Amino acid sequence: MSWDWQVFCKNTSDGAVEAACWAKGADITYFEWMIHAWGWTLAVAACAWVIAMVVGFSVGVARTLPASPVLTRLANAWVELFRNIPILVQLFLWYFVVPKAFPFFQHVPGFLLVIFALGFFTSARIAEQVRAGIQALSRGQRYAGMAVGFTTAQTYRYVLLPMAFRIIIPPLTSESMNLLKNSSVAFAVSIAELTWFAMQAQEETSRGIEIYIGVTVMYALSAFAVNRVFAFIEKRMRIPGFIVAGTGAGGH
Amino acid sequence: MGNLDFSWVNWDVVSKFVATGFVFSVELTAISTLGGIVFGTILALLRLSGKPALAMPATAYVNGMRSIPLVMVILWFYLLVPLVIGRPIGAEYSAIITFVAFEAAYFSEIMRAGIQSIPRGQVYAAQAMGMTYSQQMRLVILPQAFRNMLPVLLTQTIILFQDTSLVYAISAYDLLKGFQNAGKIYGRTEEAYLIAAVVYFILCVTLSFLVKQLQKKIAIIR
Repeated sequence: MSWDWQVFCKNTSDGAVEAACWAKGADITYFEWMIHAWGWTLAVAACAWVIAMVVGFSVGVARTLPASPVLTRLANAWVELFRNIPILVQLFLWYFVVPKAFPFFQHVPGFLLVIFALGFFTSARIAEQVRAGIQALSRGQRYAGMAVGFTTAQTYRYVLLPMAFRIIIPPLTSESMNLLKNSSVAFAVSIAELTWFAMQAQEETSRGIEIYIGVTVMYALSAFAVNRVFAFIEKRMRIPGFIVAGTGAGGH
Repeated sequence: MGNLDFSWVNWDVVSKFVATGFVFSVELTAISTLGGIVFGTILALLRLSGKPALAMPATAYVNGMRSIPLVMVILWFYLLVPLVIGRPIGAEYSAIITFVAFEAAYFSEIMRAGIQSIPRGQVYAAQAMGMTYSQQMRLVILPQAFRNMLPVLLTQTIILFQDTSLVYAISAYDLLKGFQNAGKIYGRTEEAYLIAAVVYFILCVTLSFLVKQLQKKIAIIR
């Protein structure tokens, strides 16, 4: 078969090949379209990541709180609920069912609904990592906090969470990369992200292989960038004297 | 919540629209679990073989598959498989081939961890008995690795079952599609999605409960 990489430089309105792959005026080339779509993918993933981290850490902490059985049970239910329904189904729930059942959500833009779906779905997974991280710490850590007169909130803030966070950076890295990959389901509700672009552009140009290679490279690059950012954070957060997971020597 | 209506749901609707999709989802899960374990084990053995000519392609395949979204992999295979074999094969077969190829990468990581969890002494013992490499793997290492990893493999199968819903991208007729079609016919897609969520939830919660029970039962005390 023959390659036609010029497809990326083609104008999306009349299919003419543009110089420098950049169209003039109001037109755009497929390459420019792909970069826009990449922006949507990153925007969806980044916003959902913030929700996932905030909710995930709150729910994860709630699952380990001593003497709050009701809160713990609620948090456990949260994790079970959001972990056991496929992401695509959750996306449809947020996009179609929630606005129908609660009229207020009819005014919420679709982009935000997708972010809720992805954010809450991932929050359940992060909550699981956070719980595991806190429970991996020896009981002495909690007692040490209590012994110096910390309240529960202070014990978590100054002792448990900083320790647990460092332990769970590797699984957090994979969850963040998964979130980026899962953002591809947004195509199903026509958010103009990379996967949706790939399907549209392949339809228009019939150069599926070139388009898919381009999009796949974008995904792989983005996932790799996330991985490097986390590796950098992990390195910067390392405390001398503590052996952190990932060095092959196991926990601390 | 007042404007949801479930009165159209009855057994006829379910058996007419949903049953076919459910059968395909289960079929897809079963075939890709079995295929994924077989090819995943082969990939794991290649990666652990110590020969770069074997290990490098296997590593590249596993990392490549793991770094792109499943939806993209589904679209890739949907596009490529007909090109390779020269004729269209339909969304369902294409989905099966995709999932076996994709899950092999994930199962291979589980099997690799399983093989590496077997104490070195087991290998030495097998060597001392005069076993060949294939006998060591077949009779000593792999059965133990498989047993150790059984709960993880089954958990991955539950995730796999959830992921089968992504064949939506190529319009294969799975459980979700079945609900969607039923909802469309009666003009009640929202309700259909809600029921789909409940069905997936009940199935997955039940399966993870069973895996937990199994995990307790087969735990080996060392």
